[in-house]
Amino acid sequence: MWTGTPLFPEQASTMAGRVDNLYFFLLAISIFFSLLIAGLIVFYAIKYRRRDPNSVGEVFHGGMLLEITWTVIPFVIAMIIFVWGASVYFAMSRPPDETLNIYVVGKQWMWKFQHLDGQREINELHVPVGRPVKLIMTSEDVIHDVFVPAFRVKADVIPGRYTNLWFQPTKPGRYHLFCAEHCGTRHSGMTGEVIVMEPSEFQAWLSGGGPEGSLASAGAKLFQDLACNTCHRPDAQGRGPVLEGLFGKTVQLQSGETNTVDEAYVRESILNPAAKVAGGFQPIMPTFQGLVTEEQLLELIEYVKSLKALPQVQPR
Amino acid sequence: MPTPTVFMPPRHYLNDGYGIKSWLLTRDHKRIALLYLASVTFFFFLGGAMAVLIRVELATPAGDFVTDETYNKLFTMHGVMMVFFFLIPAIPSVLGNFLVPIMIGAKDLAFPKLNLASWYIYIIGASFTTYSLVTGGLDTGWTFYTPFSTVSSSSNVISAALGVFITGFSSILTGLNFIVTTHRMRAPGMTWFRMPLFMWSMYATSLIMVLGTPVVAITIVLVAAERLFHFGFFDPRVGGDPVLFQHLFWFYSHPAVYIMVLPAMGVISELVAAFCRKQVFGYSFVAFASLAIAVLGFLVWGHHMFVAGISVYAALIFSILSFLVAVPSAVKVFNWTATMYKGSVSWQTPMLYAIGFIGLFTIGGLTGLFLAAVGLDIHVTDTYFIVAHFHYIMVGGTIMGYLGGLHYWWPKISGRLYNEYLAKLSAAIIFVGFNLTFFPQFVVGYLGMPRRYHAYPPEFQVLNVLSSAGASILGVGYLLPMFYLMWSLRYGKIAGSNPWGAVGLEWTTTSPPPTANFAETPIVTWEAYDYKPTVEHHVA
Repeated sequence: MWTGTPLFPEQASTMAGRVDNLYFFLLAISIFFSLLIAGLIVFYAIKYRRRDPNSVGEVFHGGMLLEITWTVIPFVIAMIIFVWGASVYFAMSRPPDETLNIYVVGKQWMWKFQHLDGQREINELHVPVGRPVKLIMTSEDVIHDVFVPAFRVKADVIPGRYTNLWFQPTKPGRYHLFCAEHCGTRHSGMTGEVIVMEPSEFQAWLSGGGPEGSLASAGAKLFQDLACNTCHRPDAQGRGPVLEGLFGKTVQLQSGETNTVDEAYVRESILNPAAKVAGGFQPIMPTFQGLVTEEQLLELIEYVKSLKALPQVQPR
Repeated sequence: MPTPTVFMPPRHYLNDGYGIKSWLLTRDHKRIALLYLASVTFFFFLGGAMAVLIRVELATPAGDFVTDETYNKLFTMHGVMMVFFFLIPAIPSVLGNFLVPIMIGAKDLAFPKLNLASWYIYIIGASFTTYSLVTGGLDTGWTFYTPFSTVSSSSNVISAALGVFITGFSSILTGLNFIVTTHRMRAPGMTWFRMPLFMWSMYATSLIMVLGTPVVAITIVLVAAERLFHFGFFDPRVGGDPVLFQHLFWFYSHPAVYIMVLPAMGVISELVAAFCRKQVFGYSFVAFASLAIAVLGFLVWGHHMFVAGISVYAALIFSILSFLVAVPSAVKVFNWTATMYKGSVSWQTPMLYAIGFIGLFTIGGLTGLFLAAVGLDIHVTDTYFIVAHFHYIMVGGTIMGYLGGLHYWWPKISGRLYNEYLAKLSAAIIFVGFNLTFFPQFVVGYLGMPRRYHAYPPEFQVLNVLSSAGASILGVGYLLPMFYLMWSLRYGKIAGSNPWGAVGLEWTTTSPPPTANFAETPIVTWEAYDYKPTVEHHVA
């Protein structure tokens, strides 16, 4: 009966061992306290069982020292677990500098993955072993959630935002990918597989397709088709800001605030340009809400990311 | 201890007027408690029936028993019914209504008409939700997450939400009534620190009800308004924020967990004292732990959102606050355990429930630490680990406390004793069935099975079958008390005013009590749990 019934999940990422160590520590604490309490209760229930129907218990006054003891001990244990849990969480929320970036779009009820080289997949995600992978994720409709139990990672995929999730696979194989946030009728069908391959196999897989060319080149084409290039020119003569070298920089806004140019800012500037206008420019850009899909937005973002600063241009 | 006189009083609240009008227009807190008892029992079994269908579906990996749409409606309505119409009102509205005035020596609650109005409001709210159930159901999960609930779901969100909104007022009014009653209606000599610990729990619970419920009410109105008029509070396409909903929702719904479990803790303090025949160890620590839980409970809502894109620092603040709330809960468990030391421990049914509660609440509480640790929560949140954890708190905690309390005060409520053998048997069945149902869910959750899944990978089947088998045992355990308690109403032995040899004002009046609770207003000159110990110790 137990064949094929695992009782513990596979460890297939660098994070899995760290999460499991904390889990085992907590398991040990839980077993200790459960047995302590259960043992005492059962022991007292038997030892002090009522033998004479009229008997009453002995009463203890005071007990301040005991109360302090069993307040302080749980507090100290709780703080140890807090610090441990926080350190694991820090590692989870800070991807390494060099990551293989893959875009994810969730929609009812499927996962769409876009590799920078142009490969597109649905409900399957191919990644190489041993390399940190960062997913940059958004949703077309409701909140979804990427969950890969073997990697011990999970993050909500939220419409109108970009959330990140990173992992470094340690073992080639096929792993469950689940949607972990209730998203409607076919929620439990919104599943897939992460396929971890040897780096050489992954390279072969990557070059095996992608007729559209890289994500950035698709973005470049879109940039022209939507006539973005009439205002956003590399020579600082356009009516819009120069985009070359802009990604990752901090810009001054008209309101006087500053803002870092990240995926969310590029997205917002395309869909709702008047929200955060860069200093020195007029709010004349039209909205592209409804004209570009989530996937096209990602292409545009990747194109903006790919624009390196030109040495002769003086940024305004 | 003097042998209590065993007789059925000629006049009591049950025979003070007959006919449907004497019940539906009653202002007697005890009769209103029974109206609530009937209503919450109905919703408990309705929600339970849905749980049965859910467990049948999950016995096989394929989604083959009901359609995915029906399945989503089943777990949603199971959650809505159980949370809003059973768990939140159960102990305060049934046991609290019956006991709060009696325990402090009052004739009734401060506002008897408001008390009756609360019941009607509850019924109106519950009717709206029942209406949405029979006319097509609701599939958003009991959490109503946006933007699914506002732009995507085609089910009866508005009528169900309206039901929850209306029922909220019932909670607020009950809480208000209890707060005023506790402040103003205590009998002469009944000082705050002479009150039974159940009163402290009820007081802390009432504070949460009054302060928290308006927030969820507003949130739910926003969801309905957004569906009807497309305001866009939560819609990112027009600049709204879907995660804002989660903040507002959990700001109430996390404290709501304490609305469910604090009253049960109060019941357990009473049971442990009565069945060990001694004062609860560390009375004031247990009392203040209730208040600490009520206050801290308002500051931890973000721990439901660690994967929902909140900032790293926000996550850490919510994490450390969640760990702090564990401390007063642990203090209570240690004090109950210490109370048993050198007690006169009876093994009667209510004590079995109390022991069951302490064990299951300990597991539920300890697994809460797993979820407060952010790095670990990321893996287990939204899986069956969460499902197991909160059922250990809400079912293992609240329902064990509720049933324990119902058995303890049943002789007071009905004037008669139930069949002790059947009662012990059902307590044992519930304990075994509960653990078999929910313990495997910790394992399958850590393996990665997401919650709210209609179909699942085949390697999770064995654990799910164990869970479904446990659920059928649990079902039997819950049905049994229905029958023997009803049976006892007619055929049970006459209880007498104090069948347990317990202290507390409720045991000084007849069973059932007269409509005015006491022949004359008691004057309290003794401390709570004054069992006249023959041996007393002083400890550091």
